[in-house]
Amino acid sequence: MELAVTAGWYMTLAAILFGIGALGILIRRNALVMFMCIELMLNAVNLTFIAAGRALGKLDGQLAVFFVLVVAAAEVVVGLAIIVAIFRRRQSASVDELAEMRG
Amino acid sequence: MGDWRLAAGDRRLPMVELVVFALMAVASVLGALTVIRARNPVYAAMGLLATLFAMGVLYVLQLAHFVDAVQIIVYAGAVMTLFLFVIMLVGVDKQEDTSESIPHQRRLALALGLVAVGVTAALVARGRFSWIPVVSVPADPQATNGTIEAIAEPLFTNWVLAFEATALLLTIAAAGTIALASFRRPAAVPPSKVT
Repeated sequence: MELAVTAGWYMTLAAILFGIGALGILIRRNALVMFMCIELMLNAVNLTFIAAGRALGKLDGQLAVFFVLVVAAAEVVVGLAIIVAIFRRRQSASVDELAEMRG
Repeated sequence: MGDWRLAAGDRRLPMVELVVFALMAVASVLGALTVIRARNPVYAAMGLLATLFAMGVLYVLQLAHFVDAVQIIVYAGAVMTLFLFVIMLVGVDKQEDTSESIPHQRRLALALGLVAVGVTAALVARGRFSWIPVVSVPADPQATNGTIEAIAEPLFTNWVLAFEATALLLTIAAAGTIALASFRRPAAVPPSKVT
């Protein structure tokens, strides 16, 4: 019986995690939790990169993950600063209350 | 360099990879579900931490050693600490409003998610991964052994422009964060103290 873990398994797991993250963005309205869901989705994509890179026999997948990590770190820093700035102004982290720009 | 071929690189141990993969898959999915289900944001952060560590183990299973180290240090260490700081700052005891502003929002979101997972499962089950020539066994396990020297060589040759661009990006992000943090409403601070 051959039951090797192929790249498809990793990609399926990554797809499930990405789906959970997208679901969290749709149903939660705490800005911090939505941010964590974005991190979850980024990590799912990283897993796909690494699995694809290994299946193709190339290191480029891991390098792409490295850059995704750097960009995600910058994004978290700026995003959390914005959340804190909004919270200082309105004492709330709920995205439903940020409706000034509604048309 | 050759001593790092545990489990994943050694094709004689597929069972080990299967068991570790199954454990870490369950752990990461449970952590992800905690992120979207926990009422308390601190629990959500802990769930995300569990997922990040499980992903780290999966990275090692895929021979991405350096990426795993960066994942643990940067993500599980720095980013999650920052998250917890901000959660404490914003307040952990605030109950989230669970009413639905859009009718049937949760049910629709759940249906969409199930459809997405179903489509993915169908794709995998029918083997539509033709854009990957070799799916079962990697061509050369040593070619994707992500040690520091193996990562550094292309990073500072082919990818050096992207590397410099991310350095610039990080500098700009840090400067922007400091600008955001030092911003005060004019009413809150007397004009004489604004610098």
